[in-house]
Amino acid sequence: MRTPTRPRSSGAALRRRGLAPVFLLPALALLGALVLYPIGWSVVRSLYDAPGTGFVGLGNYRTAFTDDATLTALRNSAIWVAVAPALVTGLGLVFAVLTEKVRWGTAFRLLVFMPMAISFLAAGITFRLVYEQDPARGVLNAAAVAVHDTFDPDPSYPGARPRPGGPATTSGGAVRAAPAPPGTAVAVPLVGLKPAALPAAAKPAAAPAAGAQGGVHGTVWLDVTPGGGTPGTIDPGERGLPGVTVRLLDGQRTVATATTAADGSFAFPGHPSGTVDLPAANFAAPYRGLAWLGPGLVTPAIIGAYLWIWAGFAMVVIAGGLANLPRETLEAARMDGAGEWQIFRRITVPQLAPVLGVVLVTMVINVMKIFDLVFVVAPGPVQQDAGVLALRLWLVSFGGGNDQGLGSALGVLLLLLVVPAMVLNVRRFRRSTR
Amino acid sequence: MTQLLTRPAPGRSAGSARPPRPRLAARIAARTRGGAVQAVLLVAAALWLMPTVGLLLTSLRPKEDSAASGWWTVLAHPARLTLDNYTALLGGGEVLGAFWNTVLISVPATALTVALAALAGYAFAWLEFPGRDWLFLVVVCLLVVPVQIGLVPVARLLGAIGLFGTVPGVVLFHVAYGLPFAVFLLRNQFLEIPQEIMEAARIDGCGEWRVFRRLALPLALPALASLAIFQFLWVWNDMLVALVFAGSDSQPLTVLLQSQMRQFGSNLDVLAPGAFLSLLVPVAVFFSCQRYFVQGAMAGSVK
Repeated sequence: MRTPTRPRSSGAALRRRGLAPVFLLPALALLGALVLYPIGWSVVRSLYDAPGTGFVGLGNYRTAFTDDATLTALRNSAIWVAVAPALVTGLGLVFAVLTEKVRWGTAFRLLVFMPMAISFLAAGITFRLVYEQDPARGVLNAAAVAVHDTFDPDPSYPGARPRPGGPATTSGGAVRAAPAPPGTAVAVPLVGLKPAALPAAAKPAAAPAAGAQGGVHGTVWLDVTPGGGTPGTIDPGERGLPGVTVRLLDGQRTVATATTAADGSFAFPGHPSGTVDLPAANFAAPYRGLAWLGPGLVTPAIIGAYLWIWAGFAMVVIAGGLANLPRETLEAARMDGAGEWQIFRRITVPQLAPVLGVVLVTMVINVMKIFDLVFVVAPGPVQQDAGVLALRLWLVSFGGGNDQGLGSALGVLLLLLVVPAMVLNVRRFRRSTR
Repeated sequence: MTQLLTRPAPGRSAGSARPPRPRLAARIAARTRGGAVQAVLLVAAALWLMPTVGLLLTSLRPKEDSAASGWWTVLAHPARLTLDNYTALLGGGEVLGAFWNTVLISVPATALTVALAALAGYAFAWLEFPGRDWLFLVVVCLLVVPVQIGLVPVARLLGAIGLFGTVPGVVLFHVAYGLPFAVFLLRNQFLEIPQEIMEAARIDGCGEWRVFRRLALPLALPALASLAIFQFLWVWNDMLVALVFAGSDSQPLTVLLQSQMRQFGSNLDVLAPGAFLSLLVPVAVFFSCQRYFVQGAMAGSVK
C-alpha cells in the first residue's frame, strides 16, 4: 500500500465543510444502523436468556464453553485456524515459485485461481461429488481403490465358504482342507458365490499338471453347477478360483505358500505332506476406500475443499510479491552455485516474509468466519461433528435452536476473535499515514 | 501490481553477458529438475480441474446414470451425455425465478455499495470536517467485523420496517457490510490524485460536485471496477445472508439449491446443473475481468 498524502487545509477547504455531511450521510447511516448498532445490541443481548426476558449475566458464555456441540465447534474452529491458513499459504508459495519456472505458468495460475470466483455452495456440491463414498461413483475413492488394488492385486471372494459336509472346513475365517493321502489331489470345494462373481480370467477347474504333483497339490473351485452336479467333485463347467493365497502348514508353522492358477489349481512341489489352509484374507470384503464425509474425516475433507478454493488467492498474492523482489541476490546466489532448494529457503522465503504474513493473517480471519462450505459439504448426520463457530451460531439462532441469547454470545466471541486483526489493521493504517 | 498473472521476466538480467555454459552434468540435472517441476504442476493442474469437470459431466448425465456410476465412465460413452437436465431445470420456472432473484440482489447491491462508498471515500480523502480521522479509524476497525454478528439484530430491525424476507432487505445488508472495505479502498484511491490537480480544478471554479464527478471518479475508475467486480461476486455467491434475510419468493439460486442438499444423491439432475448455472456467471466475470480481479484480491488482503 502506498503512503497517502494528506491534503492541507486551505481557505477553500472551509467552504467545503458544509458539503461533507451530504457525501457521508448515506454510508455512515447504513454503517451505524446495520453494523455498529448490531454489535452493541449483540453484546447486551448475549447477557439475556433465550426468550430475551431474563438477565443471565455471563450464563450464555458459560454455556458456550460447556455445551457439547458448541465445544466441538470451538475445537473444530481451532483445528481450522491451526491447519488451513498454513496449508493455503504453503501451497500458494510452492505454486507461485514453481509457476515462474515453466512456460505455461500463466495458464496454470488462471486455472488454480478460478475456484475463487465460485460460490461455496457450488464448490460444496462439487466436493460432495468428489467425496462420494461409493467407489463406483466418488472419484476420490475410485482412485483410492485403484491405487490399493495395484499394490494388492489378488482378488478376494467375500462370502465364499466351504461346501457344508464337504472335505474342507472353516477355522476362524480361514478355510482348512481335509488332509488327503499322499499323492492324491486336495479338494477345496467352495460355495456361497455367484458364478458371475468370479473374475473373467477364471478357467474351468482342473487338477495341477502332472509335473507339479511331486508334493501336496490340489484345486480350489466353485462347486456350483446350475441344476445339479455332484457335490465335492469337479463337474464340467465348474470354474476354479484364481489368485487365492494357499498356505501349507506343518502343525502351526507355515512351510510354504502358493497362489492358485486361473484354473484354481495349486501345488507345493517338494513338500510331500502338510495341511492346506486358505487364510481369511482371501474372503475379506474388498477395499472400498475411506469414509471421507464420516465423523472422523469430515473436517480434513472440508479443509481439502477449502484449499482448492483459496490456494489460488495465496498463489497470486505471493506471485505479486515475488515479482517485486530484487533479482540481484538470486543471481548472485546462483552464480555462487547455490542449489534451488537453498535459494528458496535462504533467500526467497525470508524476502517474501511480509507478503506471507499478510496472506496468513487474511486466511486466519477468513477461516474464523467459515460457514457455507461446512454447511454444504457436511451431510446432515455429521454436521455436528464438523461444526464450526459460525455454523453453530447460525444453527443456534436460526436453524432450529432459536436461542438468540446463546447466538449473540457466539457472535460476540467471533468478534473478539478477530479483534487482534482489527488492531493489526489500525496499526498498519496509523503507520501509513504518519 | 497490474500484471500479476503474467510471469515476471525470467531470472536473467537484461544486457549482461550470457552466463558461461554450465557443465554437461549440471545441464542434465537442470533439465530433469525442469521435468520434475512440469510433472508436479501437471498433476496439480489435473487435480484443480477435475472437480469442476466432474460437476459439468454429472450435470450432463441422466439421473439414473449418475446413481449407477461415476461421471468418468461417461468418457467411454460420450453419447450418453444430454442437455435434458438443463431444459427441465430452466423449464421449471422455480430455478429461473431464483436466478432472476440473484440478479435482482447482486446488481443493486453492487451499484449502491460502489456509489455510497465513492461519496464517502471522496469525503474522507478531500473534504474537511471535524473528527474526520477518528471516523475513518472506525471504518478501518469495521473492516474485519464478521457478518454473523449482524444477523440476529438486523433481522429484527428489518422486520420492524417490513423489509425482512424481501429483496431490498437482502440488498441493504450486503451494502452495509460491503461498505467498510469499499470506503477504505476508494478513500486510499482518491488520495492518490495529486493535490495540484485538485486545487487547479477548484480554483477554476468547479463546484465540489463537479470535481467529484468529472475529475475524481474517472481517475479512480480501475479501483471502482475492481471493487464492483469483487462486490458483485461476493453478493452473487453469498448464501448465508440470503438464507437469513430472503423469503421464499425472494430467495437466490444458492438458497434454492441449498434447500435441495438434504436429498443429495437422489436429485443430482437438479443440483449439478443448478450449481453449474450458478458458477457460470462468476467464472465468466472472472475470465473477462481477471486483471481487475487480481488487483481486488491484492487490495482485499486486509479484509
